[in-house]
Amino acid sequence: MGDLFRYEFMVHAFEAGTIIAIVAGAIGYFVVLRGSAFAAHALSHIGFAGATGAVVLALNPIVGLLAFTLGAGVAIGALGNRLRGRDVTIGIVLAWTLGLGVLFISLYRGYATEAYALLFGEILGISSTDVVVTLVAGVITLVAIIAVYRPLLFSSVDENLAAARGVPVTALSIGFMAILAVAVTEAVQVVGVLLIFALIVTPAAIAVRFTSRPALAIGIGIVLALAFTWFGLTIAFYSPHPVSFFITSLAFATYVAVRIVEPIRARATKATAQKATA
Amino acid sequence: MTDQPAIAARGLSAGYGSRRIWTDANFAIEAGSFTAILGPNGSGKSTLVRLILGLLAPAAGHIEVLGEQPRRGNPRIGYVPQGSYFDPELSVRGRDFVGLGVDGHRWGVRITGTAKANAAIAASIQSVDATGYADRNLGRLSGGEQQRLLLAQALVGVPEILLLDEPLSNLDVRNQQSMVQLISDVARRRQLTVLLIAHDVNPLLKHIDHVLYVAQGRLAMGKPDEIITSESLSRIYSSPVEVLRDSQGRVFVVGLEEEVSHPHG
Repeated sequence: MGDLFRYEFMVHAFEAGTIIAIVAGAIGYFVVLRGSAFAAHALSHIGFAGATGAVVLALNPIVGLLAFTLGAGVAIGALGNRLRGRDVTIGIVLAWTLGLGVLFISLYRGYATEAYALLFGEILGISSTDVVVTLVAGVITLVAIIAVYRPLLFSSVDENLAAARGVPVTALSIGFMAILAVAVTEAVQVVGVLLIFALIVTPAAIAVRFTSRPALAIGIGIVLALAFTWFGLTIAFYSPHPVSFFITSLAFATYVAVRIVEPIRARATKATAQKATA
Repeated sequence: MTDQPAIAARGLSAGYGSRRIWTDANFAIEAGSFTAILGPNGSGKSTLVRLILGLLAPAAGHIEVLGEQPRRGNPRIGYVPQGSYFDPELSVRGRDFVGLGVDGHRWGVRITGTAKANAAIAASIQSVDATGYADRNLGRLSGGEQQRLLLAQALVGVPEILLLDEPLSNLDVRNQQSMVQLISDVARRRQLTVLLIAHDVNPLLKHIDHVLYVAQGRLAMGKPDEIITSESLSRIYSSPVEVLRDSQGRVFVVGLEEEVSHPHG
């Protein structure tokens, strides 16, 4: 086990992975609560076009990624949370931007490795500068989530009621998508645009099956995201296979296990209750 | 109790853009009274609610709520919106939802005053007899249980006016009666002014002081037995409206719905 931290790239991977897991676990709760899982997924894909475009322009791909996810996030937020057909609109934009991404890849010869890293993550290639940038972005995202926590929870549970109580629901919807855009950009470094669900959505989706207390659900989501990241990195270190595979597989296996155990547990509770009344 | 009405309207008109929903409404809602707002679908009942909440400005005329201009987020109004029932997948504890009525509109997280907030939440849940299921997932509760927690959320901020937009529409007859009884009891105990939008006046008849009718672009207010008569409603809406009463005292209003669905007929 001591071998793990002998290498600088593993230390950086654990540092960045830890920051990102905390952010992803926290924002994921609101993604699940607001039914915005598809929007989160779309943001990362739209970001892919930005990242590849940035490379064509000889810029840092993260800059392009952030610009596109932020732009898309604000646009999706402005569409509103309850609008019928929102997912269709998002999907149409998503398909077009992925097409742009393909164009940008073809414009930049010898780009396959970097495109691969964007799609599937490259947490083992994180520099100490990247860790600092991730930490700053992570702190900003967490502070932003804490700052909007109560009104965001309120408008996620009942938008009409929140609006009547004076909560600026549209501004919050845009603000939330902007925070999510930053979180997605961070998480892309670990799992890549294609696998973003595993870190942002899956831990929170599992957490809300355990508890209906918002703060506790966020806590469980963070713990799960941390566990998937840490175990995924550890297993990957001792195996020839990619980290992203282990992180996503751990997330998936946990979700499946919870879905299998849940009805059994519910039946047991019911049986006990029936026995008690009989 | 003061003599000042809880809500007063003078020459009030409401609409969106150039379209008027109803015009020239004059009424005063007595403080501490229970008023049913009735009228066909689309007649502008919820528009009145939006005016009281300060979410919509009057197209003309004046409205005062507790002696002030209506303003968004007024803590003196407890509100239950129309069509509020929660998705079964929504995983939020009833108690946490009621807590949003305390400080859900404030930025940040609750740091100070936690004990006070928790006591207020528990008391509000107790006052609607929801203690038994307040710690369960809101999305998995029955319609009646959800309505009680919505009411607890509206009451937790200690309002003076309770504004309930169709709180009975998703309930069966038995639940409707117990819900109205509960609202009436709580209102009397706390001296609240209640405005309740309903489709059917029958579950309310024993409890209400006044009826505010919204139909065909006009508002009319009065005591239930004065206003819900064939003569009175026909005069107000200058068209034949019939009020039928059955052997158990239930009333049925016939004529208003048809006029609204064929406004030029």
